[in-house]
Amino acid sequence: MSLSSRTVPYFQAAPLALIFLAFFVTPVLLVGAVSFFDYQTWDILIPDFNFYNYEYLLESSTTYRTYANTAKLCALAWVFTLSIGFTIAYFLAFHVRTVPTQIALFLVCTIPFWTSNIIRTISWIPLLGREGLVNQALVGSGLAAEPVEWLLYSEFAVILGYVHLYTLFMIVPIFNSMMRIDPALIEAARDAGASQWQVLWTIVIPLSRPGIAIGTIFVIAMVMGDYFTVDVLGGAKVASVGKTIVNELGYLQYPPAAANAVVLTLVTILLIVGLMRIVNIRKEL
Amino acid sequence: MAHRSRNPLAQRFTRRDFLSTSAAAGALTITGAPFVHAQEPVTLRIAGTGVNAFNELAAKAKEEVGINIEYIVLTSDDVVTRAVTQPTSFDMIDSEYWMLRKIVPSGNLQGMDTTRIKEYDNIVPIFTKGELPDGTPVARQGISPIKVSYLTDQVSRAFATEPTQWMTLIPTVYNADTLGIRPDLIDRPIESWSELLNPEFRGKAAILDIPSIGIMDAAMVCEASGLATYEDKGNMTRAEIDRTMAVLTEAKRDGQFRAFWKEFNESVTLMASGEVVIQSMWSPAVTAVRQQGVPCVYQPLKEGYRAWAAGLGMPAHLQGRQLDAAYDFINWYLSGWVGAFLNRQGYYTAVLGTAKEYMSDDEWDFWMDGQPAASDVLSPTGVVIEPAGSVRDGGSFWDRMGAVSVWNTVMDEDRYMVRKWNEFIAA
Repeated sequence: MSLSSRTVPYFQAAPLALIFLAFFVTPVLLVGAVSFFDYQTWDILIPDFNFYNYEYLLESSTTYRTYANTAKLCALAWVFTLSIGFTIAYFLAFHVRTVPTQIALFLVCTIPFWTSNIIRTISWIPLLGREGLVNQALVGSGLAAEPVEWLLYSEFAVILGYVHLYTLFMIVPIFNSMMRIDPALIEAARDAGASQWQVLWTIVIPLSRPGIAIGTIFVIAMVMGDYFTVDVLGGAKVASVGKTIVNELGYLQYPPAAANAVVLTLVTILLIVGLMRIVNIRKEL
Repeated sequence: MAHRSRNPLAQRFTRRDFLSTSAAAGALTITGAPFVHAQEPVTLRIAGTGVNAFNELAAKAKEEVGINIEYIVLTSDDVVTRAVTQPTSFDMIDSEYWMLRKIVPSGNLQGMDTTRIKEYDNIVPIFTKGELPDGTPVARQGISPIKVSYLTDQVSRAFATEPTQWMTLIPTVYNADTLGIRPDLIDRPIESWSELLNPEFRGKAAILDIPSIGIMDAAMVCEASGLATYEDKGNMTRAEIDRTMAVLTEAKRDGQFRAFWKEFNESVTLMASGEVVIQSMWSPAVTAVRQQGVPCVYQPLKEGYRAWAAGLGMPAHLQGRQLDAAYDFINWYLSGWVGAFLNRQGYYTAVLGTAKEYMSDDEWDFWMDGQPAASDVLSPTGVVIEPAGSVRDGGSFWDRMGAVSVWNTVMDEDRYMVRKWNEFIAA
């Protein structure tokens, strides 16, 4: 017996589709359903259909402040990871001449990833604390009379953590895009009298756009959902949406956490859709 | 080890004892006694906050009762979450009393038969009568353990108002909490909870970010500084909650707090590193800071202490050999060695009489009677934590437990309070 050529692809796609259905689509739908539930301290999930959780969320000025703060962290992390990531990728792609050196240097960039996110985040604490290494150096060398307080448990520390953790996610796609740029294009531009900046501005950056867009999606998605870095380096003082959700889960307030998660997901999706409108990744890959 | 040979009580729960108990249990289910010897030792997974999860304790339990103890260490919030949502993921729970108001309505705990607890009659009456051993009632603001100590039946979702045969938790450790300070960095006496918000300590104060406990510390502070008044701090009205959180939020905006901590070790790091000089703290955290050679005082304050208590409970699914082993473990727990071990951490234990027999007179005088230490005070691991002559912060057991003003709590307005707390953290 032979299956018709029309049905075979469905069977081939079925395993992945089923896994997605079971472990992605279903949980997301459940989160959506729970966000309309009621709850009490002693009874954490009361099936219901009310908008209380959303009303509370959208009426509270804290929500808007939290989102504004998350957006600010996101924007700052994006600016720094992009500028650092782009520079490193540019150096690797255009200044390093041989492929083995390129690969070797690229691997060097991944060394921090040999330890976990958590350890990399926590290891900032002894460095940045009031009696940490940086402050010891500053006070010891007379550059500062008193230890600098804003190094740790501040937005500065959180952004630093993000840049440290996520810059590689910018480097990789941008480097990938840059490697696809035909060297002949750059040579032609030079021959036509273009300056370094003109080459960068009119050739390299436009052709790196897909890489930049992909890197941006990574960074935005990760910063929007982060709660660990903000907790550890912000001393639990810096507001972020992810942290609010984690708090609510901790207090067994599942329905409001679900509502918060739904709103966060929608906001993130909107951001990414907006980005896709600017750069058509599929077309340019 | 040394203690075992010295003390006849230690012989009370030997491995032989355990084997005969399980033989009896085994005989009920399997005919033919020899099977018992072929049985694997029972493993009990204990989920808890880690305040009394010690490797030494697990090793001793293995040695003396033949039970494998595995600890599942969680944050306070996660203990409640686990108990409510995944009760089969552990075999015993090491829960705080306030958590019971969230856990018991789920029906996931079974009442423990007090007739199977050998030292039941000797448990400190704070838990069985709601009073101190001299008969004075303990503070009832907040969730005083007596309010949630008993169930109406073995299988029940309701607390009994009078003692019954069915206990929710067998108390393991409890203590009276206050603020920890760095005496080397604060060169004047600290006497009131209100000092936590003193602008003198701007950027050098911390409070804990576990709402049920943090709100109590906050209430102590607000009441002490005259910024708020309460009918019952342990069960606030919405207006009282709003007022408390407004005070805290304002202090936070002014940069009073260096950080908020959720986990025991975070508080140790904050204090030992000098990031903060005054903060909410738990007693063993103070000991841990001192062990690093950093001065730290668990400062008694004139408004009194915020008390807490934890105990071992059994999830509803526990049965058969595991259930018997859980009772064996609890009976061993109350038989003295553990009590002495935990008393030396600065905690208090449920049965004082048996613990005393495992502590030297000097140790007892220092930890329990508030006397100056006659010899160097050692931590359970043998590190000197107090030189001879020093006195325990806050004095004797009665001085400290008698000065309790409020217990950790879950309020009727818990849902509202938690939302407000979350807003405060996000503010």
